[in-house]
Amino acid sequence: MHGSVKNHALSIYIGVACVVLMMPIVIVLILAVGDQTYMRFPPEAFSLRWFATFFGDPRWQRALGSSVLIAAIACVIATVFGFFAAYAFVRGDMRGKKLLLAFMLLPIIIPHVITAIAMYFMSGPLRLVGNVFWIGLCHATIALPIVLLILLSTLQGVDVNLERAALSLGSSRFGVFTKVVVPLAFPGILSAGLFSFLASFDELIISLFLAGVRSETLPVRIWNSLHLQVEPVIAAVSAFLIAVTGLVLLLDALVRYMRTARLASPNGGH
Amino acid sequence: MKRTPRLNDGTVFVVPAVLLLVLVFVGPLVWFFMRTLISVGTPAEIAAHAWGVISSKAVVTALTTTNWISLLVTLLVLAIGYPVAYFLATRQGWRFTLVLFCIVVPYFTSVIVRTYSWMVLLGRNGLVNQLLLHLGVTDEPLSLLYTKTGVLVGMVYVLLPYMVLTLFAAMKAIDPTLMRAARGLGAGSFYAFTRVYLPLSIHGVISGSLIVYILSIGFFITPALMGGPADVMIAMLIERAVEINFDWASAAVMSLLLLVATLVLYSIYYRLTDVRRMMGA
Amino acid sequence: MSAIAPGHGRGAIELRQVTKRYGKETVVDGVSTSIAPGEFFSLLGPSGSGKTTTLMMIAGFADVDGGQILVDGVDIAHMPPQRRGFGMVFQNYAIFPHLNVADNVAFPLRARRLPAEQIATRVREALELVRLDRYADRFSRQLSGGQQQRVAIARAIVFHPSIVLMDEPLGALDKNLRFQMQVEIKAIQRRLGMTVVYVTHDQEEAMNMSDRIAIMNNGRIEQVGRPAEIYENPKSNFIARFLGEANLIPGTVESIGESGAVLRTARGLTLRARAEPDLKVGDTAHLFVRPERIDLTSGTAHTANAIGAVGVSGAAGRANVVTGRLAQTSFLGNILRHAVEIEPGIEVTVDVQNSHADLFRSVDQPAALSWQPADSIILQH
Repeated sequence: MHGSVKNHALSIYIGVACVVLMMPIVIVLILAVGDQTYMRFPPEAFSLRWFATFFGDPRWQRALGSSVLIAAIACVIATVFGFFAAYAFVRGDMRGKKLLLAFMLLPIIIPHVITAIAMYFMSGPLRLVGNVFWIGLCHATIALPIVLLILLSTLQGVDVNLERAALSLGSSRFGVFTKVVVPLAFPGILSAGLFSFLASFDELIISLFLAGVRSETLPVRIWNSLHLQVEPVIAAVSAFLIAVTGLVLLLDALVRYMRTARLASPNGGH
Repeated sequence: MKRTPRLNDGTVFVVPAVLLLVLVFVGPLVWFFMRTLISVGTPAEIAAHAWGVISSKAVVTALTTTNWISLLVTLLVLAIGYPVAYFLATRQGWRFTLVLFCIVVPYFTSVIVRTYSWMVLLGRNGLVNQLLLHLGVTDEPLSLLYTKTGVLVGMVYVLLPYMVLTLFAAMKAIDPTLMRAARGLGAGSFYAFTRVYLPLSIHGVISGSLIVYILSIGFFITPALMGGPADVMIAMLIERAVEINFDWASAAVMSLLLLVATLVLYSIYYRLTDVRRMMGA
Repeated sequence: MSAIAPGHGRGAIELRQVTKRYGKETVVDGVSTSIAPGEFFSLLGPSGSGKTTTLMMIAGFADVDGGQILVDGVDIAHMPPQRRGFGMVFQNYAIFPHLNVADNVAFPLRARRLPAEQIATRVREALELVRLDRYADRFSRQLSGGQQQRVAIARAIVFHPSIVLMDEPLGALDKNLRFQMQVEIKAIQRRLGMTVVYVTHDQEEAMNMSDRIAIMNNGRIEQVGRPAEIYENPKSNFIARFLGEANLIPGTVESIGESGAVLRTARGLTLRARAEPDLKVGDTAHLFVRPERIDLTSGTAHTANAIGAVGVSGAAGRANVVTGRLAQTSFLGNILRHAVEIEPGIEVTVDVQNSHADLFRSVDQPAALSWQPADSIILQH
């Protein structure tokens, strides 16, 4: 079969590609457990001291706290607003949906630098620099497109006749949401929440401008540290961030698994 | 006409999100451009200043560098990513899951972490150099970091998933029986590929390339950390103008330029694609 | 005796010039009709005839662009669907997948905040009515299509609505199951006495279940009446063909008299039939006659006259007698369907009960047809 040489070559290529793709992540994880004070790879000994440094250093912990708080605020705002917006797109009868969607996806298209300095420009005079809620709000705008994309797909899978049935049976519009739409869309909502949290948690540029000193987030601290000197504790922090990503992906996979298991019905989606 | 409330009055639910974007996203942008440019003076002065900024050596160089790097990144990502997307589109089971894992995990990892990891890898004592020395390819460690090569590697790594996922979505839509039909008609595998599969995937190629290019020109983190003095991209200049020079007006001019370029490309991209398939959502 | 009794209101519906437009297209065009309380009323028509849209307007899921919808005398056009109190059954069942059968059926009762005991009783009764009482804990994915549809029905009647709307509920089921469900639905409706508005494109279904049928086409009601009435007396070619097999013999109106009219075919055949009211001499028209009303004998007109002076309907009178050539015979199980060519290009379909083996004939044999004028109508459209 003359395809097999090509297939073989493709497989080898893919194998190499996978190694190269995962290598940087793996390197960071290995470094993080290395016991050396300078950047040397591979590390000669292993220890968790850099994690201890990370969790023990008050500045790093403050940064972690800010990151979590801001991400939580961004997650809630983006998920709630995004859920309703997605519902409007899927059920609403408005003209220019395509255009409106294009508009609502702008925050991830427009370079973050521009968005960041514009927000910074306005935040200065308004004394909002370093304000955790304001930063969360700004992060919500760039998390919104992600929520929208996820929930558009999710809500399209909710049969519109289920909502009609609920109304015909006497449920109020609010009841339709709470008893039909949200329960059925729940895995998607969870997914959107997870990824919007992650988007804010990993965000650097807007935080760089808006955080100031008192609300420095983890990525900002890493950035500042990288400019001063490349310390090994950065590896530990990075490993922590990778772990957070991994956790989010794991939870999302679980949610998806639950969804297919729970709602496998022959006539879903219309 | 009397109107009955129907299911379609769901339209109103989009208002909070739009309001949020307008107040927190569009608002600051508009405010920023208006205030900084108007503070320069009369329209003539604004134009003159703008021209001064755009034609300055730093900006022209940065624009050239930005375009050049973005172009290279797009081509590299396309070349590297096409086979990966093809593999994903045509395989199932553990192979599919494994490769998807290798794409998705970096995709969702923070940009700064990914960039930092390449800094470690490409440093003078980094893994790459150690490997090259060990294999005897070179005698001395190569200067990979703080060069254009470093920037390219970093950016390709960050942007590859966008291309792969876009291409994957487009390839998934290609009917697998078409290739079989072509082979059945006597086409060799290479001929069948170039004459049937490739043209059908062109849509994905264009979409993927556009999105990668759009994201490249706005890149800041990776070139800032991994580039040398000669590798200044426009986003970096904008940041410097604000952080170091406090020159809001120049920042505004450069931002406007970048913004217009982005929006033009985005409108082309949007017309061509079903945006929901972007990013594998 | 069941505790489920007919519900609030009488359940009379009146549509007055109901109209719906989508952009430039008028999908429902001035539909008017009255539905009596407790009536099983079908909206029958091909896809795109506007029947589902009309139902959606009654339900409140589509805007009314013109006209009124009156229920027990009250115009409900701007009442939101959740306050109209109609039961509704959808084609794709719309069973809540995240609730079990009992919770599905209890849903409308909980929405009305009935006490828990009453809910439990009513749910049990409703499930017993549709014979699903042992499936209360199941979820929709564990049920077959027919079972899901019965859950949908139970859910739609458990709160005692006086009106139930059904949108092609049996469309997704296979043929045998469909017939069984038709009988069940009809039995439930008779027992509970509610008004049912039933949308379907299946004429057999409509004729089997309905007290009256409204035939819809292109957004308009073309004819309303009891099934037998419309079947025997269609007002147009479209209705004639839609409800079953129909012969439509083309020709021109030669004369109109007291007892009927005469149609002349292209080759000069004269046929007598009842006439439509608006018929005029000289009109191009079709003579309509059902295949089962035609008598078929072999041989010449002479023989036919000798045998068939009485005709199928049993009434005396001069039958229409036509000779032709047997072009084809189809075996359909319980009937034999013959196609007899009476003139070049005009074939008449005759259905004969498959009770005599000797009625099998060979093609190209001469055949004679006869039927009573009272069994046929000359239609203009």
